[in-house]
Amino acid sequence: MIILLEDIIIKTICRLLIPFIQLFGLYVIAHGHGSPGGGFQGGCILAASFILILVAFDLAEAKRRFSEKMNNFFNSFGVFLYAWTGWMCLLLGGNYLDYGKLSKILPVDAVHARYYGVFAVEVGVGITVMAIMISIFLDLITGGKHEEESE
Amino acid sequence: MEYIIAKYNYWVYIVLMMIGFYAMIGKRNLVKKLLGMNVFQWAIILYYVSIASKKGGATIPIVMGAHGHYEPAQAIQYLNPLPHCLMLTAIVVGVSTTGVALALIIMIHRRYKTLEEDEILESLEAFRK
Amino acid sequence: MISDQFPALIIVFPLIIAFFINIVGWWWKRPCFYMSMLALSVSFISAVGILNTVISKGTIHYRLGGWEPPWGIEYVVDHLNALILVIVSFVGLVVGIYSKKSIEKEISEAKIPQFYTIYTLLVMGLLGMTVTGDAFNLYVLLEIASLASYALIALGEDGAPLASFNYVIMGTIGACFYLLGVGYLYIVTGSLNMADLSQLLPNLYHSKAVLVAFAFLMVGVAIKMAFFPLHIWLPDAYTHAPSAVSAFVAGTMTKVGAYVMIRVMFTIFKPYFSTEMLPATTILGWIAAAAMIYGCILAIAQKDIKRMLCYIIIAEVGYIVMGVSVGNRMGFTGAVLHIVNDAFMMACLFLVVGAVYYKTGARTIGEYKALFKKMPLTSGSFAIGALSVIGIPPTCGFFSKWYLVLGAINAQQWLFAAALLVSSLLSAVVFFRVLQNIFFAPSESAHGHESETHVEIKRDEAPASMLIPIFITVAGILLLGAYSGQIISTIIQFTVPEGF
Repeated sequence: MIILLEDIIIKTICRLLIPFIQLFGLYVIAHGHGSPGGGFQGGCILAASFILILVAFDLAEAKRRFSEKMNNFFNSFGVFLYAWTGWMCLLLGGNYLDYGKLSKILPVDAVHARYYGVFAVEVGVGITVMAIMISIFLDLITGGKHEEESE
Repeated sequence: MEYIIAKYNYWVYIVLMMIGFYAMIGKRNLVKKLLGMNVFQWAIILYYVSIASKKGGATIPIVMGAHGHYEPAQAIQYLNPLPHCLMLTAIVVGVSTTGVALALIIMIHRRYKTLEEDEILESLEAFRK
Repeated sequence: MISDQFPALIIVFPLIIAFFINIVGWWWKRPCFYMSMLALSVSFISAVGILNTVISKGTIHYRLGGWEPPWGIEYVVDHLNALILVIVSFVGLVVGIYSKKSIEKEISEAKIPQFYTIYTLLVMGLLGMTVTGDAFNLYVLLEIASLASYALIALGEDGAPLASFNYVIMGTIGACFYLLGVGYLYIVTGSLNMADLSQLLPNLYHSKAVLVAFAFLMVGVAIKMAFFPLHIWLPDAYTHAPSAVSAFVAGTMTKVGAYVMIRVMFTIFKPYFSTEMLPATTILGWIAAAAMIYGCILAIAQKDIKRMLCYIIIAEVGYIVMGVSVGNRMGFTGAVLHIVNDAFMMACLFLVVGAVYYKTGARTIGEYKALFKKMPLTSGSFAIGALSVIGIPPTCGFFSKWYLVLGAINAQQWLFAAALLVSSLLSAVVFFRVLQNIFFAPSESAHGHESETHVEIKRDEAPASMLIPIFITVAGILLLGAYSGQIISTIIQFTVPEGF
């Protein structure tokens, strides 16, 4: 198990840095089309911020911030965002993932609708990647036992 | 000699791939096999990224001066970005496979208290008899 | 209108429902099974709709995202595709109905929602592999299906995690070789679309890169479909898996692998590349003959009945590859018909073995003594499945083996025809051993008292939710046998590549 170490320097610096890391992660997700980035990379950076809490503080502290239930929910929510964007395009008359048809509900023309469609998909990918990375890390750290503890 | 110098990316990826392949097959510890699998996959990803480069001063596929300008990018100045995108997917597949394999290793370690393949097979045989 | 969107619906619906099951399963465990069955039913209906459209109108081209190929990903469904879609979704649905009772016994209750999530994802991955027309998309869906099957196989009994780990290692090698093959093809042509590749490649057949690409693709696919001698992961993995999982993957994963091989050999590369320019079909034919004999001989040596059936799968894959490699119309028809038949046969046999294990815990051939008195309906289903594997009319196995032998004789490959007949005889030996134990062995009581053996052994059949899927597969075997002529004339004869 991860035990609580009494080290005030690490705890303070982590408390200062984590919001900036998360902001940077969101920035990487949003600028995927123009600079290095995109869904996967931004999601990994967001996950790294939570893992930093886990490493600097305790396992219980990290679970208080991001519980198992939220983890499970975010796993699937990201995939839903991706799949429902495509499904919306299907319902509006185009093929699956045909973002141009989203211009019927968003107040932009077809070209910009494709841009927003890809952006929604990237956000969905980022959320899922973040949740899965945290979940893999938790599984490996606790040897799979954290599921048995929570029930 | 030209074969080796001109196509050095092929040589690098084949050497890495064979090192990973040997580790997957020749080692008995499960974690070493997993590391071999990782080296194997990453060698292939490295190869794909290496074939995207172009001669003639092509630079990385980030549009220069993109903010605020709306002129189309000239494709001849940039590398081929398609293999990079394909390899994003392949990297995620590699990470997922590593995650699944690590979870399996934890299951095996909890059951048999060892990670050497021959010892696990012995305890399986003893259990069956 | 909705029927235009079937190629996307067949994949999207299970994907969304799988993650719904993940969320809902956190609170209520009961709806998970029903939601999974709903998703698989919608997939099956879409697959039948696609088959109807393909029979009436020809090949379907579905553009994902509205982009034209080769810039976008395209789903191409022709006759071969549509048939395999129907088969995979049907077997997935039937085994899913079966899995309710057997999974409750074999897996701890907390993991049941995750089981149904991963099972739905596995079916979705296999369906996606079949329907896509883009080489890299096939790699992504291949990995989805493989990862789901690694996780499902590891849920099984004693040696399952180690077997699944070995499967992870070998499966990754196979998928990476496939990726390398696609990469080499991309370097020389710049395209990833299968139809586009088949137009761009014929000028390049003399180059070494295309040759290496073909070699990598074939080895990668051979690992995935457990073609001798790359079959080593299969017996361990399928034996230790849970019963429902073995039944599904045994019937479908290797067959979809064989489908990918047919696509690589005959759609991406033109048929004359494999038959005339390279001795590829000759090599495949010889290895397939070895696979058939090897599978049946090693099946005789097994005591565990599930392991015996796994070696029969290896022999069946040998039949399919041999049918493809003889290079004429009859052989190819036999191979495609055998893909369809084998899915049903293997699903039936594995479902029966799982039902017997659920009721009595019997796994070795010795423990199957006098099963006929205890579970007559299940034993009858096993008998029909066994007769189909051996190849006795009117079951479907006879018709596909008939076409395969005729194809081998037409191509004047007498040795292949002889290998086929010898392996049929060997599989007869394999199954008659088990059938003798089930039907004709004298029942001995445990204590050996003579007066007590006259007590009737009670009929203790498997529960109805397990019997009905078994009966559906048996009905499928008999109906496929009766209608095989019609299936060939309406569907399969259009799948044979030109020049055969």
